[in-house]
Amino acid sequence: MKPKSQRLILVSAALAAVLVAVLLAMWGLRSQASYFYTPAEIAAGKAEPGKAVRLGGMVERGSIQRQPDGVTIRFVLTDGQARTPVFYRGITPDLFREGSGAVAEGRLQNGTFVADTILAKHDERYMPPELGNLSAEHKAGKTLEK
Amino acid sequence: MIAEAGLAALWLAAGLAAFQFLLMGLALRSQVDVARPMRAVAMVQGMLTLVAFVMLLLVFARSDMSVALVYANSSSAKPFIYKVAGAWGNHEGSMLMWVTILAVAGAFVALFSRRTSERTLVAGLGSQALLALGFYAFLLVASNPFARLFPAPPDGQGLNPLLQDPGLAFHPPTLYFGYVGLSVAFSFAVGALLTGEVDSRLARAMRPWVLGAWILLTLGITAGSYWAYYELGWGGYWFWDPVENASLMPWLAATALLHSINVLAARGALKAWTMMLAVIAFSMSMVGTFLVRSGILTSVHAFAIDPERGTFLLALLAIYVGAAFTLFAVRAATLKEGAPFELISRESGLVINNLLLSVILGIVFLGTLYPLFVEALSGEKLSVGAPYFNAVAGPLALILAALVGIGPLLSWRRERRPVFRQLTIPALLGVSALAITIILSPDIGILPRLGFTVAAFLAAAGILPLVGRNPLRAPLATWGMAIAHFGISVALAGMAANAAFTSERLAIAKPGDTLKVGPWLVQLQDVTPTAGKNWTAIEAELRASRGEGPVALKPQTRYFSEPPTETNEAAIQTFWNGQLYTVIGKADPSGGWQLRLWWKPFVTLIWAGGALIALGGALALIGRLWRFRRRHEAAREWRKERYA
Repeated sequence: MKPKSQRLILVSAALAAVLVAVLLAMWGLRSQASYFYTPAEIAAGKAEPGKAVRLGGMVERGSIQRQPDGVTIRFVLTDGQARTPVFYRGITPDLFREGSGAVAEGRLQNGTFVADTILAKHDERYMPPELGNLSAEHKAGKTLEK
Repeated sequence: MIAEAGLAALWLAAGLAAFQFLLMGLALRSQVDVARPMRAVAMVQGMLTLVAFVMLLLVFARSDMSVALVYANSSSAKPFIYKVAGAWGNHEGSMLMWVTILAVAGAFVALFSRRTSERTLVAGLGSQALLALGFYAFLLVASNPFARLFPAPPDGQGLNPLLQDPGLAFHPPTLYFGYVGLSVAFSFAVGALLTGEVDSRLARAMRPWVLGAWILLTLGITAGSYWAYYELGWGGYWFWDPVENASLMPWLAATALLHSINVLAARGALKAWTMMLAVIAFSMSMVGTFLVRSGILTSVHAFAIDPERGTFLLALLAIYVGAAFTLFAVRAATLKEGAPFELISRESGLVINNLLLSVILGIVFLGTLYPLFVEALSGEKLSVGAPYFNAVAGPLALILAALVGIGPLLSWRRERRPVFRQLTIPALLGVSALAITIILSPDIGILPRLGFTVAAFLAAAGILPLVGRNPLRAPLATWGMAIAHFGISVALAGMAANAAFTSERLAIAKPGDTLKVGPWLVQLQDVTPTAGKNWTAIEAELRASRGEGPVALKPQTRYFSEPPTETNEAAIQTFWNGQLYTVIGKADPSGGWQLRLWWKPFVTLIWAGGALIALGGALALIGRLWRFRRRHEAAREWRKERYA
């Protein structure tokens, strides 16, 4: 093979590889990226049932119900405008409690959010990024009300 | 005084780095030979930075709370080792460690590198100094680790307890050595592009650095994966978290570079491609550092709230990567053509390896940065996690692993031997693994099933380069390659076994209750309070048995007071055929405790494979350096005799 055509083949192979990477990534991101919603957005029907999404809000006071098996819980996440019931089976994070913020990863099934993972405000310094904004918005809303 | 001495050393080092950059300019414009002063200044610069870093270790070891960084990240009640390790468990300290390794690597190049021409060496050291200069500026302007507090507070705020673990003491430094080792490859590439001397001598000069960095990245990723596995208590070994991806991306680029550099060293081909990979590999290290250190991962908004550091790092990244790629674009076309090769040859095999690795790198890169772009552009929040990476990168990684078994059997330039006949036994093994998984466990997923198939094929094919010759006379580098490739098959088998056969049990148990997980019966015996130096804990006593004698496990939930935090300490028992992984959760109002149990067959193979891959790299590195030394000595002897 002539060096010229060899270089041409190498360059086109590299370009094809880049193209394949971008196409695969686009396809994957379109189908697999999970969007973040608030209960109000869920109520407005923004989340497609069955698709993996993240849901963030405050755990409503008095809403946590433990099932008899001790590891399944139901609770309600709220953003002040709407409420979404959540179902979760597993060990909840250390700082998961009523009246504080949490993010649930999972999917919507028949109006209930079935969570695979629960993230909570981790310690005084760290909280899931979406919640940081949420509480900031919450505060902003409150000052407006005043 | 100690802190001030460190700061002064840092300023001096920055000055010397600027001087090195001027020296490089002088050398490139005129024919003045500046190699000797360049080497000397590079060594002094490295030593000064090392002094600054040692000063930081000292203020942490002495818990000098008048230094703001110590106050914010340490407390006098911490065990000594975590006091010292706390020096790099924070933003400023880790950036100082980064630049220390960068400068010391430059000093080592100055001290030892004899393979390239002096002109390329001078240009390379100049580039390395310019890299360091940017990070000195970052430290001195935006992240001074030695800033003082007045008056000095009585005690510090403590270190995140998750980080109080022996893993912390060694994990970040290992990764940093890997990241920054790639800077040498970057600087050599920039130097060679400036002088136009891209040849096999350059490849041989770069190779030990790339190999060394790659070994440390491999070890760092393997150790980090195990750390997340036992410390987070979630039972997973890889979460596709952006911080993990930040270390995976340089590793993928370095793996590609490691292979293409062999083509350049042996055949003088793939010049432009190898130079580009060297630039990309260190760029990925800087992208990783930027992602982790700018705060952008917590949120695009966090980046906007404290813009100084993030913007500074982003600007450095843009300048270095932009300049290197511009240089590459200008010079790549002037590089002379390398030796030609045919379609079926070792070179082609390595090109395919490189293309696949680059595609996987691109997929990881886009997936990691996509949420940032979307949030910055549209304000919509989304996350990209395991489903994306597994679905898109997983199959490609499997194809790559299968080809790893074939590539090393091809010969350079063109293939004349009937290579594929050698692969009969490996192919048979792969097919029988597939058949066995279909018969014995018909309901496992397609990826784990193919994982077993490829692992069995590669386990046999990987060691073929050692078969049919006297294995004791095979070069160490060949041994290293075979072991590393075999390690891939081991890790792959572990991942497939973990995905296919893990059993999990989550339940409430009262003392005396017995739970079944996989083949194990686990009895909760008691739950008791206990305490350590700076924590208190609830500890469960578990007794696990399956036929033979019982094993005791003691998972804990620990409570730290500075800062107030809870952590789960999983109790893990390792057997030859897997790990029993136990976590204690919360108390139940009924008087029971949440227990989470996993039986993970052969999960340890994942990290054993990682260790084998690194070991293979280490053997190759020793082999290369030893051979070079022997040749070097032979040449010296020959000169002595001739001129005596």
